[in-house]
Amino acid sequence: MVAQETGLTAERVVDELKKCGITHLVCLADTKTRFIYEAMMNQKEITLVPFCREGEAVAIAAGLVLGGKKPVVLYQNTGLYEAGDSIRTVSFELHLPLLMLIGYRGWKGTDSAGIIFEPTLDAWGIKYYLVQSDEDVEKISIGDKQAQETDKPVAILIVREEQGP
Amino acid sequence: MMESFEAVRIISKHRGDALIVADMTPGTELPLVSTKPELDLSWHFAAMGKASSVALGLALARPDRKVFVLDGDGALLMNLGSLVTIAHMAPPNFTHFLFDNRVYRCTGGQPLPRAGKLSFANFAREAGYPNVYEFADVETLEKNIDTVINQVGPTFVCLKVSPALDKPIPPFPYVRVSDVVDRFRAALQRS
Repeated sequence: MVAQETGLTAERVVDELKKCGITHLVCLADTKTRFIYEAMMNQKEITLVPFCREGEAVAIAAGLVLGGKKPVVLYQNTGLYEAGDSIRTVSFELHLPLLMLIGYRGWKGTDSAGIIFEPTLDAWGIKYYLVQSDEDVEKISIGDKQAQETDKPVAILIVREEQGP
Repeated sequence: MMESFEAVRIISKHRGDALIVADMTPGTELPLVSTKPELDLSWHFAAMGKASSVALGLALARPDRKVFVLDGDGALLMNLGSLVTIAHMAPPNFTHFLFDNRVYRCTGGQPLPRAGKLSFANFAREAGYPNVYEFADVETLEKNIDTVINQVGPTFVCLKVSPALDKPIPPFPYVRVSDVVDRFRAALQRS
């Protein structure tokens, strides 16, 4: 089946990350955000740090922040659940800014990963922005600014029609 | 077999200006002997098992500084994939000290799964660490530590330490984590 044309392009996401001064993308490939991952593999300005499990990602990002860098993590919402204890540490103990790009599996409420996603973010007090077209991409900068100002994690929820619900 | 506390003391004595992230038992001991406490992040710092990942981020951010992680064996089992991630990124300034005591000492000494039958040195070797060492006594550690920490990393050092269940665990340092972080970041910016 030919992929449906969508309004969210990897190029705009990557450009916005560069505009934010992101130095490292701490990333794991997933079906919802692979277009971003693959685009990032073709550039050299932002260093890729691939990891094995999502709890690692948040801790690596914390180390990068402590060392003076500006990382963003990229994973699926299922990975957010896996990373819970690391996010707790960064948010409630260390008070570090952390921007997370999160693939929104089940965004139409078609599986439990989506059904509990936004309620989970709300329960943890994590601010979030939905990005599903190039018109939304500036929300990445807004989220980044909020993370820096509050020393808290902020989530950018990535939705792309062609990759299913 | 060596005492964990003695191993921590030797590492701290030889650290120079290395940054140290310490978890679990060595994390409770480091504050008692540290020669550069302002460059330490210990015990309370990370979610259990994540000290090695925090240290990786630091090592990538500051390639001009040596970074040590003092890790517990139970903690590493919670984050075993980090060995592969670290080997993949291959930070040359990274030394991973693993305190192999075969128990969850901080919770009373319950045995790890497969206690005593695992080779963490082999895990690290197979993950891709180019330098892997194993020491079972303080004399050998002290004799070799300068060589070990001056290797082009990442370097893995398995320390066979006593569970020390007959000794009290040093009291947890009740400090505000944000204060430790602020002190660390300020020290890092100054140096």
